[in-house]
Amino acid sequence: MVRTVRPEHPVSVTVTAAVGGKKEWNGPLGARFDYIDESDRFGKKTWEQSEAESQAIALRLALNKSSLRETDLDAVVAGDLLNQCSSSSYGLMNFRIPFLGIFGACSTPAEGLLISTLMLDGGHYRRIGVVSSSHFCSAERQFRAPVEYGGQRPPTAQWTVTGAGAFILENAPGRVQIDGLQIGRIVDAGIDDPGNMGAAMAPAAFEAFRDFFEFSGKKPADYDLILTGDLGAEGSAILKELALRAGIDLKRHNDCGLMIYDRATQDVQSGGSGCGCSAAVMASYILPQMFEGNVGSVLYAATGALMSADAVKQGLCIPGIAHIVSLKADMKNNRGERAQ
Amino acid sequence: MQDQKDIKKTTYKDYAEKRASPSPLIRDTFLAFIFGGALCVAGQGLTALCLAWTGSEKTAGTLASLALIAIASILTGFGVFDKAARYGGAGMLVPITGFSNAMTSPAIDAKSEGWVLGVGAKIFNVAGPVILYGTLSSAVYGLIYYVLKTIIL
Repeated sequence: MVRTVRPEHPVSVTVTAAVGGKKEWNGPLGARFDYIDESDRFGKKTWEQSEAESQAIALRLALNKSSLRETDLDAVVAGDLLNQCSSSSYGLMNFRIPFLGIFGACSTPAEGLLISTLMLDGGHYRRIGVVSSSHFCSAERQFRAPVEYGGQRPPTAQWTVTGAGAFILENAPGRVQIDGLQIGRIVDAGIDDPGNMGAAMAPAAFEAFRDFFEFSGKKPADYDLILTGDLGAEGSAILKELALRAGIDLKRHNDCGLMIYDRATQDVQSGGSGCGCSAAVMASYILPQMFEGNVGSVLYAATGALMSADAVKQGLCIPGIAHIVSLKADMKNNRGERAQ
Repeated sequence: MQDQKDIKKTTYKDYAEKRASPSPLIRDTFLAFIFGGALCVAGQGLTALCLAWTGSEKTAGTLASLALIAIASILTGFGVFDKAARYGGAGMLVPITGFSNAMTSPAIDAKSEGWVLGVGAKIFNVAGPVILYGTLSSAVYGLIYYVLKTIIL
């Protein structure tokens, strides 16, 4: 049965860092990234190594921003889209921080925040890093076709974000606290078209929100922003329709896949996707806005399409999932200056 | 909908498929016509050049095909072909240029896994089905042709 958890002790997000590639730099949030590599290579020869390096850069930046050393982290929880979570293990192996590799497809950043919050709330850990990444080229290679293969995309397809987000969480009160969690269930909505992952994930997001509002006692109006991970235009429209029919008001909804690119000019069809999509949007934009006191409360549901390339070829459906993390900024003690 | 507990699979799939906007057929067809047509004109120009050079129509046709394959392969290497194909679609993929791209792109892609286990093993990743079933079907057609020919004559 679905449980909505409210941490018993304060757990806060203290610092974030976002890394991106050229397309992300050209997107609306480009200037907010902490680090951009316009070659998308991050100094490495292969795309898989580039993605791994993007995780290392993101975590290093987050540590530097908070003047922490790697020994200050009790654990790092990280994930990506590649087989065996290789970007995380290869990217973070030189840090010598106790490591948990996770897979939740594009829901990975929320899964990481969720697991870390429970670890911190449990009292055994004091400070944990969460990292999540994806890379357009490594994802194309694993899930679709060779990078240089000339194919056309349907309008419902999504563009895998090249980027990573890193978060550092502490078991102490802070400017942005995590005040709610919900582990999602796997939802098989019967969609088997990898060119329409928004439709595969939207029912999972809908169920997650419906359960959360039912069990947590909170209402959509309690949040300044209701944010999904990477439903894109198609999935967002479906989510809103499902919510409307169930009487849930999602007027304040936005989607990271719609925020990271300009769909009108960047040829990304339905929007961005990937473990790096909502990780980078949260780390570059949403959380900094909360740190600055511009946004008070965010209900973040990262959505994931738990598919494998072989399962789809075997005719199986694409299962969706959505994990929820509820974030609240401490507006009273906020002395940060408001950004324009 | 009071009971949303289980989103019914078949109805949801139908709903999702119905609401998904299809690829812009008229635009795609038009672009394919322009790109494919331009390619054929270029191919014809190359053939004319080669004909003037060699004097043999058969050699000229072969040379023009080889030139198109080489050009598409080089453009794939420079990362241009896939961008053109995103607009040109079938106009770029159906002519021999598409086959060239289907061979070059996995070769470039698999280089990171080495010459043997990478390029060697994966170069037919995209074009493999075309080669296998193309060869097979040509054998079948050949057989049918042979049988019909012996019956009729």
